[in-house]
Amino acid sequence: MALSHARRHWLGLLVLSATLVVAILLSIVFGTKSLSLQQVWHGLWSATGTEGDIIIRSLRLPRTALAVVAGCALGVAGALMQGHTRNPIADPVLLGVSAGAGMFVAGAIFFLGVTTLYGYVWFGFAGALLASTAVYLVGTYARGGATPVTLALGGAAIHALFTALTAGMLVLDEQALDTYRFWTVGSVAGRPADITLQMLPFVAVGLLLAAANARGLNALSLGEDIARALGVRIALTRLTGMAAITLLTGVAVAACGPIGFVGLMATHIGRAYTGPDYRWVLVYAGLLGAVLMVGADVLGRVVAKPGELPVGIMLAFIGAPVFIYLVRRRKPVRL
Amino acid sequence: MTETVDIKDLAEPGPGQPAVRLRAEGLTLGYGDRTVVHGIDLDIPDGSVTAVIGPNGCGKSTLLRSFGRLLKPMSGQVLLDGTSVHAMPTREVAALVGLLPQSPTAPEGLTVADLVARGRHPHQTWYRRWSSEDEKAVERALRRTGTYELAERTLDELSGGQRQRAWIAMALAQDTEMLLLDEPTTHLDLAHQIDVLELVGELHRETGRTIVMVLHELALAARYAERLVAMKDGRIVAQGAPEDVLTEDLLREVFGLRARVRRDEESGSLLVIPLGRDRDRLEATV
Repeated sequence: MALSHARRHWLGLLVLSATLVVAILLSIVFGTKSLSLQQVWHGLWSATGTEGDIIIRSLRLPRTALAVVAGCALGVAGALMQGHTRNPIADPVLLGVSAGAGMFVAGAIFFLGVTTLYGYVWFGFAGALLASTAVYLVGTYARGGATPVTLALGGAAIHALFTALTAGMLVLDEQALDTYRFWTVGSVAGRPADITLQMLPFVAVGLLLAAANARGLNALSLGEDIARALGVRIALTRLTGMAAITLLTGVAVAACGPIGFVGLMATHIGRAYTGPDYRWVLVYAGLLGAVLMVGADVLGRVVAKPGELPVGIMLAFIGAPVFIYLVRRRKPVRL
Repeated sequence: MTETVDIKDLAEPGPGQPAVRLRAEGLTLGYGDRTVVHGIDLDIPDGSVTAVIGPNGCGKSTLLRSFGRLLKPMSGQVLLDGTSVHAMPTREVAALVGLLPQSPTAPEGLTVADLVARGRHPHQTWYRRWSSEDEKAVERALRRTGTYELAERTLDELSGGQRQRAWIAMALAQDTEMLLLDEPTTHLDLAHQIDVLELVGELHRETGRTIVMVLHELALAARYAERLVAMKDGRIVAQGAPEDVLTEDLLREVFGLRARVRRDEESGSLLVIPLGRDRDRLEATV
């Protein structure tokens, strides 16, 4: 009886997985350079080094893989953030994670003269870690401990500080501004395949922590008093959630730049279907995040042919109308 | 559950007196540097229904929160079977004591069935999730509170009284021997207040649970509780059987209220007829 929604939920999961597979296939087939299905097949299964093979192997596959991994990470992190802050518009920006990554990337360019993506990805990750640790500490040492309000306020403060520092560095150095601009637009193109591989262990740990967090988050959504009365260790649950959020957004933002809207949209669409059970919301948000990211990337390649629009910009184009629709359809959710 | 309890620490029940499993000793509570409850000693007899009454801000909810280990004492302790609840693992306390705070809120779209299922949290672990025992406990809780037919409805769709019964069902599904209810009848009209309190009475009769609740409505407290505890300014002023506690003198002292207390011959219930505020006493306490 309590599980009567389960069938509907599994069915949705099946549809969603199929959609993701289709999106991945489209991402491999469509691009600036038109390839025949034959060339695609050749490149996938029996590459011999033709032009088509190289495009498939070293451009489209890595970029698709990165979009899947980063999209999934951002989707799950978005759901966790909304759950922990009980704020329906929480996203990486709110908790200062993007700003932290941005400042470290700018710092790497400004102070160390790093110019390659390879060089600054890990700076971005370190910045994301630092920012969310700072937010968590600010939240925890506030009177009353880490609550939805202190976390959101701490995030806003850290975001403002780091953004100002970044702007300061960029104002002083025009060349840094150019390199930074490339990162900040948010894209999955031109990232070497091993960046995605190196991200995987962090994403895997982040997803495991998120899974462990789901039940605690369900109890916390009834209020801290009830959660405690139900035997939830609040501080541990918050810490697990923050660690997962940090790992997942940290790597995604570091590799792709600050990509907004994915976590927000994936969570809202997922929850509209599953209801407020985080065990399902997290899974749906992860899959939807991947679908949205890959889909937006493909669209960006199709609409601006022969050039392409970065996925960050495409997502904003898709995200805005989706949100207007959500707002018009129903009042904002209460978490 | 495998923890051994030091038998010596258990309260020795006197002859003919019920055992005490939950008790406060020298309990001082507060928020920040503001003290709200001052060194209270209180025994909750096992299997009883106790109502805590007192004016707004007297510390009754604070006391209840501390019994449910939501609030750490500034000094003194809350003992559960002789062990300080604040020294016990969270989950272990949650398997013994359930608590329903005042006006709880649920996320939008949560169904009654899902809400009640969340009450099973302390009985689950990461390796043992939903079991047939959980299923049975949830169904029992839904049936007992008359919310079984509402199981698939979302909380937003329910009336205030139905919603409160759903929350009580959640606390019941937790399957604890002790249940703490903080103003379970707030925001309900009289008929629904009676409805909720009848349910509490039924629970007590059928399952022998120990129930402690904070109530504002004095006549209802006297009718549905076996014991009243009257508090004022963070101290216990009186406790015992309702007819001994709910007196005209006590109403004057605790609430600053001139009132008549009468017994209705037909129902045997106590009636409180308020006459007005006691101005002299009010000025003396300010």
